[in-house]
Order: sequence, then structure tokens, then C-alpha cells
Amino acid sequence: MKAWDAIIIGGGHNGLVNACYLQRAGLDVLVVEKNDWVGGAATSRELTPGFLYSNCSYVCSLFRPEIMRDLELPRFGLQVISYEGGAVFTRDGNYLANYRDHDAHRREFARFSKRDAEAYDRYSRDVTRQCRFIQPLLMRTAPDPTSFRPRDIGELLYLGKKFAGLSAEEMALTLRFWTMSISEFLDEYFETDVIKANFALSGIIGTALGPMSPGTAYVLLHHYMGEVDGSVGAWGYARGGMGAVTKALAASFKASGGAIRTGAEVDHVLVSKGKAKGVVLAGGEEVYGKLVVSNADVKRTFLKLVEEKELPDIFLRRVKNFKIRGSSGKVNIALDSLPEFPALPKDSPVYRGDMHFTDSMERMERAYDDWKAGRWSADPFLDMVIPTTLDPTMASPGKHFMSCFVQYAPPKVSGHDWTDADRDGFAESVVAQISEYSPGFRDRIVHMEVRTPREIEAEVGLTEGNIFQGELTFDQLLFNRPVPGYAQYRSPVGGLYMCGSSTHPGGGVMGAPGRNAAAEILRDLAKSTSHMSPAHDVI
Amino acid sequence: MAQATHKKPSAAKTNSIALARTAAQSHFRTLRLGTPFQPRLDALARTQDWYNWAGYRAPHSLWDEELEYFAIRSQAGLFDISPMTKYRIEGPDAEAFLDRVTLRDVTKLKPGRVHYTAWCDDEGFVLDDGTLFRLSSTHLRLCSQERHLPWLLDSAIGFEVTIEEETEAVAGLALQGPTSFAVLRDAGFAGVDKLKVFDLAEFPHDGGTVTISRTGFTGDLGYELFVPAEKALSLWDRLMTAGELRGIRAIGYTALNRARLEAGLIVANADFTTAEHAIRADRLRMPDEIGLGFMIDLAKGHFNGRRAIVEARAKRKLRYVLVGLEIEGNIPAEHAIVYHKKHQEVGLVSAAIWSPMAKRNIAIASLARPYGDTMVEDLWVEIYAMRELQYQKLMKRAKVVARPFIKLDRRTANPPADF
Repeated sequence: MKAWDAIIIGGGHNGLVNACYLQRAGLDVLVVEKNDWVGGAATSRELTPGFLYSNCSYVCSLFRPEIMRDLELPRFGLQVISYEGGAVFTRDGNYLANYRDHDAHRREFARFSKRDAEAYDRYSRDVTRQCRFIQPLLMRTAPDPTSFRPRDIGELLYLGKKFAGLSAEEMALTLRFWTMSISEFLDEYFETDVIKANFALSGIIGTALGPMSPGTAYVLLHHYMGEVDGSVGAWGYARGGMGAVTKALAASFKASGGAIRTGAEVDHVLVSKGKAKGVVLAGGEEVYGKLVVSNADVKRTFLKLVEEKELPDIFLRRVKNFKIRGSSGKVNIALDSLPEFPALPKDSPVYRGDMHFTDSMERMERAYDDWKAGRWSADPFLDMVIPTTLDPTMASPGKHFMSCFVQYAPPKVSGHDWTDADRDGFAESVVAQISEYSPGFRDRIVHMEVRTPREIEAEVGLTEGNIFQGELTFDQLLFNRPVPGYAQYRSPVGGLYMCGSSTHPGGGVMGAPGRNAAAEILRDLAKSTSHMSPAHDVI
Repeated sequence: MAQATHKKPSAAKTNSIALARTAAQSHFRTLRLGTPFQPRLDALARTQDWYNWAGYRAPHSLWDEELEYFAIRSQAGLFDISPMTKYRIEGPDAEAFLDRVTLRDVTKLKPGRVHYTAWCDDEGFVLDDGTLFRLSSTHLRLCSQERHLPWLLDSAIGFEVTIEEETEAVAGLALQGPTSFAVLRDAGFAGVDKLKVFDLAEFPHDGGTVTISRTGFTGDLGYELFVPAEKALSLWDRLMTAGELRGIRAIGYTALNRARLEAGLIVANADFTTAEHAIRADRLRMPDEIGLGFMIDLAKGHFNGRRAIVEARAKRKLRYVLVGLEIEGNIPAEHAIVYHKKHQEVGLVSAAIWSPMAKRNIAIASLARPYGDTMVEDLWVEIYAMRELQYQKLMKRAKVVARPFIKLDRRTANPPADF
């Protein structure tokens, strides 16, 4: 029976990136995907006639341009449309917008505080400095500080040199930045609550932490490191929904000779004498491979797909304790017309950007309080976009698709599993919030897909529905992600690798974990990586 | 929510608040604002050559940048400086506060006087340079390129002073050139002849007052006028009418930029990077590194950045120097690399022109010490002159020279000459 050179478990964006690079290196690669479609959490599906849904991830910025180029994604149909800013609606009928134009942005902030308007440059300078430090690390394997291999020592030196290149003041700021809360960080620059709430959202998205929890400042950084076609920090919509990213990846993979089997759920990894030999599918079929790469998160991979006896105790314990906590959900809505927000001028570009309704740090923290108590937030934090305002391919003219990322949603409701009634209550909290700012909103709804952590885990396979396959707090980054000693995409099982967002540099539709894992695999196979572009210079 | 306890505002009041809010929101439709002089500029803008000056639509040129330059040097050029950031600083501690924030000794700045100054962060890196106008003992105006409200407010803790950003409320004009005095006199500003360089005084205008100072950015005889925005157009008309026979011309930034370079003056974020905008740590500059060391007054008390400046001077940690260069030939060396002995890179030209007044090829450059400081021999610039899609590479000798590159007696003559 045929043994593939590599079997990738899971056709999410990182699995496909990994598969593409391995296939292009001359390996014979098979991707097995449990769903009848590829994409993982980056999919577009027609869930009701005439409407294409980006039902998990919904905006694009972090995807590494080096990968887009290497894998020829534009040729395979990927186009990202950047959008202009967004807004936080305030409860008194006003809003605070973000505009791309520097001076418009300042004038908008000056409507609330002249001081804060002029503080933005310093804030932006400091965040940019931190990004410039981190960004080159995204596309490199994190060094193992316990190893004495020349390569690890070299990488550690690189890290150390980068750090030593900072001024004393910057070093202090960097250490504080990695550990402090987004709320405290913003307090150093701004005094206006709504302005702080506006920036804080990037610090809590996808994270089971509140804006006042230590470590959230770094999460903000993670969201600032993106770009759209060279426009640094910009966010955009993938034309055709986020599935366009994985569709292009799958097309690129197939064009280079790769094979994909959908509807093929892996039951477990075949391990013999401490080495991965292939996978066993849910129906019992055995598929053999010289190596196996898991795109599933580290918990799913090692607690469900590999037998415990194959794993060292400490590794197992650390995997169990790795934080992949359910904290968010999605409400995706098909609309028969564009909702109106009376607070906004009709020609406002905000309609085409991201919209939010949490106008104070306290409301944001209170929303988190509900999560701690095991409830979904009564007054949730929403990141809402209407991509059809810029992308005509997702719905017919005049109709719209709206994506609402909703935080917080606990993995269990008051200790019990989510029920359908809970799910409906969760959806109602979202629709009620939007309706407060958009009269007649309910009447425009054609169809709605509600996804609590239960639905996301069941469909995509993300443990507890955590969008990052593990929180992006500093204790779970770099050489500690996902487990110390196993941060270089390898695992205790020979020939079994990890390539998902549980690994460095973490989540978001970035592709870097998949790419970095491919580089490590090719290194083990003594194969060339000349088809992999190095990270763009940060000059 | 318990709303019953709140008294409901009247419908009329709610409506007027809503209208004001809507008006304030609408700025997103006009990304480049017009200044209070925009109707007059628009009428004269034959080139339609605009640039973005701090969010305002400002002219590079209006009809001919060459002739606009000569208006400054032989007639009078009228330049709209309204987009310049302006702060109103007022209170019994205004002097003490500014003495603490800026480099120069503000106690020596008497009411009715202006000085050119700069201010630093705590590490001694320059945040900006600008002009400080002492309108009265307790009321000053700080004008600058960048915005500094958080810095000023934070520095004001403990001082009895109020700080207000007044960029939009105050319109400004620079009237520069040999006939500028005559234009003002003919416009009826009686007593303007008494103003010496860096003096300021208030004059009646259109039922209010205009502040006129004998200052400018050209190294020529010239004045700057500040007026409430609503009196801007009448001031413009008054000057243009009076100046008709004295050759007054509205000008754009390209002409002004040539004049300022001849005067050896630097521009923030063109000749140096301001501390709040410098992403790269090695781009930060201390006053001594950009030719502003003369402002530092160590005899006065503490000021922001003092400790770091003293330490850098004592430990010879100053790494750069900003110099004037005279370059052989007549091809401007804009953004050329400066070499020592034709091969060792030692700096960069930040601004360069062939000067019509000095008849010399001049430049401002930042060099890594000791070059430009103690080592001034054997310096060269490599000029890449693009001519019909080919670079003509020139290696030209550069000589460190004193700034300003031109010195005009008429700038300081008292009383000012009647040209």
C-alpha cells in the first residue's frame, strides 16, 4: 500500500501552507480534512441561498506576504481589499471613527479630546517600535534556550542582539509591554474612555482575558503586525470571503501535484515504536505516511489523536495545562438590505469598516466578568463588519452579509454544556445590542448562523472554539509555545510535527506556523528550502 | 436605565447639540482643510499645485515658483502660515513653565519680543523647534511644526498656567522681502517702523487687532502677522491693496523653502527627525547635534532634557553635527551622501539648492562626528543627477561653511529701508 511522504491532518490555512511548501519541495503530500470542504476557520460557505458566509475568521491582514508570493496566491485567485477604519458607537448617539488619513484621524479624536488627538503620534511611534522588534521573529523558528546546538545558540544570539539593540528605555518598555494589561498601557497615552476602548479591542480579541488582565498589551501588538499589500497595519476583506485564502492555497497545492481528501476525519495517528506511520480515519481506513503533520491544535493533537502512552508525562501535563480557553463566538447574519445606523452620516466610510458598541473600558471588563462567572456577556463586545459593502461577490446587489465576532462566550455555561436554548440566548444578546443602534435591524434579517464555542469546536475542531489555538500571552509565546522544549514544530513522537496556530508565532490567518514547520521538516529531511522566501527585511 | 431622575433638556437645546455634533463629524468629507485665506489662495492658484501641510491644503506654488522666489528677494512675498501649530500659553506661571520646557532663558524674553527656541524630551532629544512670542508678561504663543499638547500639558503639572491649542482660531501670514516694510506702512500700520528684529506689537485692524512681529523664515527684511481667523480675509485684502505698487505677490512653499535654505534655517522632519516621530532610536538628535546648541542656557535652572544634555557634552556622547556645505559646481546635491576622501560615508545632505543670492551651490547636511566637527577637510558629496533617464554621477568637493549662507543688511537695518 502507498505510503505518502507526508500526511497533513487538517486543511486549515496553516495545514495548507505547510502542504504547499512540502509538495513544492518534491514531497508527495496528502491533506486529510474531516469536513467536506477545506479551510478550517478560514472558509466561505453558502449557508443560505445567495449569501456567502465568512463564518469563522472574517478579516485579513496578518497573512504573510512572503507566503502569498511563494505560493503564488494572487495567481490562484486571492485578492484582499483593504477597508477604511471603523468606529465605536457611543451610548449617547455619537461615535468615534478611525480614519486612515492621519489628519482626519486626529480631527476625529479631537472631537472627544484635543489632548488625546495629539497623543496618537507618540502612541503610534511606541507601538510601531515594538512591532519592528517582534515582526522579524514571526518567520523564524524560535530558539530552544535549553539546547546547545549551534543553530539554537545562533538564534538566541540573534534575539539577544536585537534586544541589546534597543535603548535602555525601549528595553524597559518592551518588557513592560509584553507583560502589562492593555488598559494600563493605554492609560499612559490617553485619558478619554472611548478612545481607550477603541484601541483596547485589539488587546482582547480571541483571548480569555479582560482589558485589565496582564498580558493583553501583547495581544494588541499581534494585531498590529499585519498589512494589506504593503500598507502596514491595514486590514481588509478577502474577495469572496475568508475562504478565498484557503481556496487559493488549495488550488496552489493541487497545481503543484498535491492531493486533498475531504470528508476524511482522522481518528488517531498510527504510532509504532515511537514513530508516526500514518493516520487511521474514522471509518477505520489506514493511510500510511513517512511523516505526519498536525494542523489541529496541540490539545486536540496530543489528547485526542495520539495515545497517552506514547507521550512523556511532563509533556502531557503541559499540553493539558496549555491555555486554549473558549472566549468568543460568532453570529453571522444575512440581511436583505443594508442596516442603518442613525448616528453615522449616510456617506460615512465606517459602514465599510469594523464597528463596535463597547464605548468604555469598564463595559469591556464587565463583559469579561460575565465570562468568569460562566455566562456569556449580557452586554457583549462585538467586532462587526459588513464585507459586502466592498465585496460584491458575497451577496446579490443590495443584500448584505454581516459578520459579528462576539466576546465573551464561555466554554461551558454555568458549568454545563451549551444547549440550543443557551445558543439562542447568546444570539439574542447580539441582535439586541445591534438593534439599540440600528432601528429596524431585526426586520432585515434573512438568516442567521450562531456559533458558540460548542459549534466552533464541533465544526472546525478548535478546542473550546479558541480562535488562536491557544492564548497569546507571553508565557505561551516564542520558545514556550506550545510546550517548552517542543517549540520547534517537532513532538515527542518521531515523525509527528505540529503546524497549527498552537505553535510559534501563534494565531490569526498568518500562515507563519505552517511555513516555519515546513522549513523544520525539510531541514530534517535534508531537503532544500530555496523555494521559501526569507522574511522581508524590516529596515 | 434610571432616566427619570435626569431632567430632560429642551427639544431646541437637544437639536442644537445634535447639529453641532453633526457639523463636527463632517470633517471626513474634506481631508485637506482650507485655511482662513483659502478663498484668496484659490483665486490665485493658477498651478493648482497643492501639498498637505499638517492637514491643510497648502500651495507648493501659485503661479511660478521661480518668480515667487524672486518676489521674496526683490519685492514682497505673502505666504500663508496658518497651518503652523499654535499654542496659547497663559497664566502667572507661563514664563516659569516655558523656561522649564524650552532650552532658552525665557526670563530674558521681554513682553513684545520673540525668540527662536527648541524643546527636548527627558533624554535631551529634540521634540521640535519653533518660535515663542511674548505677547504680555503672562501670555505667550508657541508656534511649531509638530503637535505637542500632551507634552505641554504633562509638563505643566505644578504650574499655574493654561495651555490651549489655537491653530484653527488664529490665522497667520508671513510678509517677506525688501518692500515688506513699505507695504505695511502704506497699509496704515502706524508705528510699524519702530519694530526691530524680533520685536512684536499689536496694531488695530478691522475692529480688532493684528499682532505684527519683525520675524520670518527667509533671512530677509520681513514680518509675520497673526489675526483672529474671522479677520483673515480683510487683512489679506488690506495688504494686497497697499502692496500693489510694491510688487506684493502671494507665494507657495517651494519659493519659501529656497529662501530659508539661503538663510541657513532648518525644518523639523526635513533636516532632522523629531523625537516623537523617530521610530529608529539612532535617528534621535540632541540640540548640539542639529546646530541648536547655542540655545542651551545652562545658567538658568532645570529644563527638560538638561541632565542628559550636560552628560552628553561632558562624556562626548554627541554623535552628529549639522553643518552648512558649499559644494563645487552648480548641481544641487539634494539627499546626496557625504564622503570623506571620496569613499568613507560620513553623512547625508538634507536640503540643497543652487543659491541665486549667494551664487553658490549650498546645502545643509548631517555628518557623523568628528567629520564636520573637527575633521572638515577632504569632504565630498556624490550627486546622482537624473538627466533624461540616466544618472550623471558626480563626485564634488564640499566645504563646511558658516550659516547663514547669505547675510542681508536690510534684514536688520533700523529704521527699515523704504524700497
